[in-house]
Amino acid sequence: MYSIDHHDRGTPASADSTLVTVEIDGRSLTVPAGTSIMRAASLVDQDVPKLCATDSLEHFGSCRLCLVEVEGRRGYPASCTTPVADGMKVRTQSDKLSRLRKHVLELYVSDHPLDCVSCPSNGHCELQDMAELHGVTGTRYGFDGANHQQAEIDASNPYFRFDPSLCIVCSRCVRACDEIQGTFALTIDGRGFASVVSASQHESFLASECVSCGQCVEACPTAALTEKSVVEVGAAEQAATTTCAYCGVGCSFKVETRGGQVVRMAPNRDGHANHGHACVKGRFAFGYATHPERVLKPMIRESIADPWREVGWEEAIAYAAARFRALQDRYGRDSIGGITSSRCTNEESFLVQKLVRAAFGTNNVDTCARVCHSPTGYGLKSTLGESAGTQAFDSVMKSDAIIVVGANPTEAHPVFASRMKQRLRQGARLIVIDPREIALVRSPHVEADVHLQLRPGTNVAIINALAHVVVTEGLTRDQYVHDRCEVDSYEKWKGFIADPKNSPEATEAVTGVPAELVRKAARIFAGVPNGAIYYGLGVTEHSQGSTMVMGIANLAMATGNLGREGVGVNPLRGQNNVQGACDMGSFPHEFSGYRHVSDPAVRGLFESTWGVRLQAEPGLRIPNMFDAALDGSFKGLYVQGEDIAQSDPNTAHVFAALSAMECVVVQDLFLNETAKFAHVFLPGASFLEKDGTFTNAERRISRVRKVMEPRAGMGDWEVTVALSNALGYPMHYDHPSEIMDEIARLTPTFTGVTFEKIDRLGSIQWPCNDRAPEGTPTMHVDTFVRGKGKFLLTEYLPTSERTSSRFPLILTTGRILSQYNVGAQTRRTANVAWSAEDLLEMHPADAEARGIASGDWVGVSSRAGSTLLRAEVTERVQPGIVYTTFHFPESGANVVTTENSDWATNCPEYKVTAVQAVRVTEPVSWRQHHQMLEHVHAAPNR
Amino acid sequence: MQIERLVVMANQIADYFAAEPDRQEAIAGAAGHLRRFWDPRMRKQIVDHFHDSGEGLNEIAREAVARLAQSR
Repeated sequence: MYSIDHHDRGTPASADSTLVTVEIDGRSLTVPAGTSIMRAASLVDQDVPKLCATDSLEHFGSCRLCLVEVEGRRGYPASCTTPVADGMKVRTQSDKLSRLRKHVLELYVSDHPLDCVSCPSNGHCELQDMAELHGVTGTRYGFDGANHQQAEIDASNPYFRFDPSLCIVCSRCVRACDEIQGTFALTIDGRGFASVVSASQHESFLASECVSCGQCVEACPTAALTEKSVVEVGAAEQAATTTCAYCGVGCSFKVETRGGQVVRMAPNRDGHANHGHACVKGRFAFGYATHPERVLKPMIRESIADPWREVGWEEAIAYAAARFRALQDRYGRDSIGGITSSRCTNEESFLVQKLVRAAFGTNNVDTCARVCHSPTGYGLKSTLGESAGTQAFDSVMKSDAIIVVGANPTEAHPVFASRMKQRLRQGARLIVIDPREIALVRSPHVEADVHLQLRPGTNVAIINALAHVVVTEGLTRDQYVHDRCEVDSYEKWKGFIADPKNSPEATEAVTGVPAELVRKAARIFAGVPNGAIYYGLGVTEHSQGSTMVMGIANLAMATGNLGREGVGVNPLRGQNNVQGACDMGSFPHEFSGYRHVSDPAVRGLFESTWGVRLQAEPGLRIPNMFDAALDGSFKGLYVQGEDIAQSDPNTAHVFAALSAMECVVVQDLFLNETAKFAHVFLPGASFLEKDGTFTNAERRISRVRKVMEPRAGMGDWEVTVALSNALGYPMHYDHPSEIMDEIARLTPTFTGVTFEKIDRLGSIQWPCNDRAPEGTPTMHVDTFVRGKGKFLLTEYLPTSERTSSRFPLILTTGRILSQYNVGAQTRRTANVAWSAEDLLEMHPADAEARGIASGDWVGVSSRAGSTLLRAEVTERVQPGIVYTTFHFPESGANVVTTENSDWATNCPEYKVTAVQAVRVTEPVSWRQHHQMLEHVHAAPNR
Repeated sequence: MQIERLVVMANQIADYFAAEPDRQEAIAGAAGHLRRFWDPRMRKQIVDHFHDSGEGLNEIAREAVARLAQSR
């Protein structure tokens, strides 16, 4: 069932530019051609009774309840399937129509329980509404005939149940799975009276292909598909619009509550990023907010060998401030720093970097984007002039060819993936560049035209080979380039890329990709009107991550694919506010808006606003902080909402660095892995407990709205303010909106942003300023932000991480749908029903050679360390490649990854680690060590 | 910091800019990158290492660090 405050208009809006004028029940209105009578009637508040129609799905015309009368036409057409026509006169109400509808309803009711009062959807059920509207309290057919009342309930899914006895077989769930989610997991099985909703081949929902996006539940007009939380807590009383705290799609949700308790998260059909869609994480996995492992009291300890001691907020803040100041007195101003979080709001990230720069007096601030999309910032700023994706998500619906490189959207950005699949089903071409056979390569009604299954670490060779074909086969759009780019850089780049060393034939030996496939892909991409490139961490997390981003930008410019809808360079951001954290000045060399700290004019603006002198030199990046900690020059760290001990590479190195620090302050929901090395723990607030904004991968700034008070008593921004005050640098804010006001004053791309405007418009894509008062959906429309686009040379350089006889396999890493990042949130939800551990994918040939079968424990060793994972033998990976995820700390995926990093940004090379894998029977040292740490560092109340 | 690590990082930067056909531009690019993105203690350490022996630095990295040394 859709959100309690949604007005459903029955069918989607028409995008036709032709307008027609109709009269409905005597009221005239003008609507786009193609609008259904049902929708038009709803627009003049004459909602037509309906059951099988909902405005998120195409019309279906099965329930026969929405019949209307049209002047001059015979019969009673269904208003959902009948489009309006100019001059049409419609009656939606008459005695005849009422009798027809009542008759239909009686048929439905004859096979439906009449226990509405005890039904979880009581008061929010469309069948109940229709029956009441038409005065149907019984049925002339009686209740003694054949029925479905004894049908078994399927409660296998942890979040929702299917009760066939309540199903009216309207097909809304089936159509939602097909049209919106694109999984095609559901069908109507059987015929006539035996018709029943079926998941996959008569399987339970949990065992089926269902990805638990909840779209079927959203679409169901009765309680047949209902959230278990609604059954347990009761019907919602209030709804507030907020933004998801998981991936970079940034879906808008209605948080429905009852007595201060969250009943459910209903996707917002007016949400600009998701248009009413959701995934298993955002839709259902919010239970971590009230998980018993939440730490709700501040804690301190003298050393990490001591047990935690619970204290009040005041004591914890004073203790942290005193220790930080003592470190600076002893080791110097630059001996401490801070890390902002992509899981926190823009306002919170802005405050943390302000705290570091102004109160600490250093530029040692960094953010978790360091380990994911920092190469995006560098590469796109260098070529196009702005550190951000160029498009809105909706742009994909105008793409004719799509390159997906180093991204797995169906797992990591599922709501956007569904949108992309809609376009692919309409006929757009698809090129997948990935070492693994990701789902987009071949799934129901979607098949890639070309899959360039390259060896990990050879991205730049592939992008160069694609560009080589474009240049040497005359597929460039030279007029576009000459009008919009630096011609000198273009000519130099063309000479470089046309060199035979970059040809598909020459690079085949390195990439493993047949040359003819590369040529085919290049011709497809360059041969369509609109080509778009979407990429993820498979691009950035390499020693040449920044070079690859530049290569992508080069290809987009050379083919004229920037500056309008349907095209563009689109980084798919991992976490909900990676874009925002970067925008807010979280990098050690930049203030908000990506302006270098050495720029005296910019620095002067911040100094005058903040009333303090600021440093003109860049600070340490996260990996540099670790290195500096080990050499004794970096001693203290404030970490907000980031688990560096689990997420950063070479765990042994990170552990040693954290152990060497003398004051680590962790602010988080849970006692995470990093907290094991902390001296102060400050309880964090979940997204349900705060006001603020997130900025998603399309630069869309959306509101986060508080639906419950911070469970630990203080919001995250209030904690940072208190710490700053205790350090002697007073901050004064009464509400996060005031922090945004300060951001707007200091950041040219945010000048026009206010909470009031976001509330009014729903969301805003930056830049938002005098030139674009309501935001900028598409960037670089007439000119590039840097003026002329700049082509940069992208020489392929092999990574230094090589296979050898000792480490003959390449390990690459990724994500799965049901878990998120380090799993701190999703591991504490029922999402573990789908995935309760990280697995090591291995090709059958490699598995057979090692005597490994699916489910076996496998010891994985690299030059950095060794760990233990269970094997999953699959042809998704190539021979010689193994793959795992990093969602569970006990798996120690990052125990084996190395410190190799991107040349420009130090983003770790997570995607290429040479390893050996052998079958083992006993847990290796990492798991034993992790179990020991869990015991030693437990909170006092556990 | 471990000088070996800084040398590897400086060489990586130099390797990227080495694609530039104009050698002086390549050196300027690498030096500029070190200046814009490396914390002062890292720059000091690599400059000290350059003065000491410069062992392990590739040609462009060495010349880029030399420029940093001149501008100190």
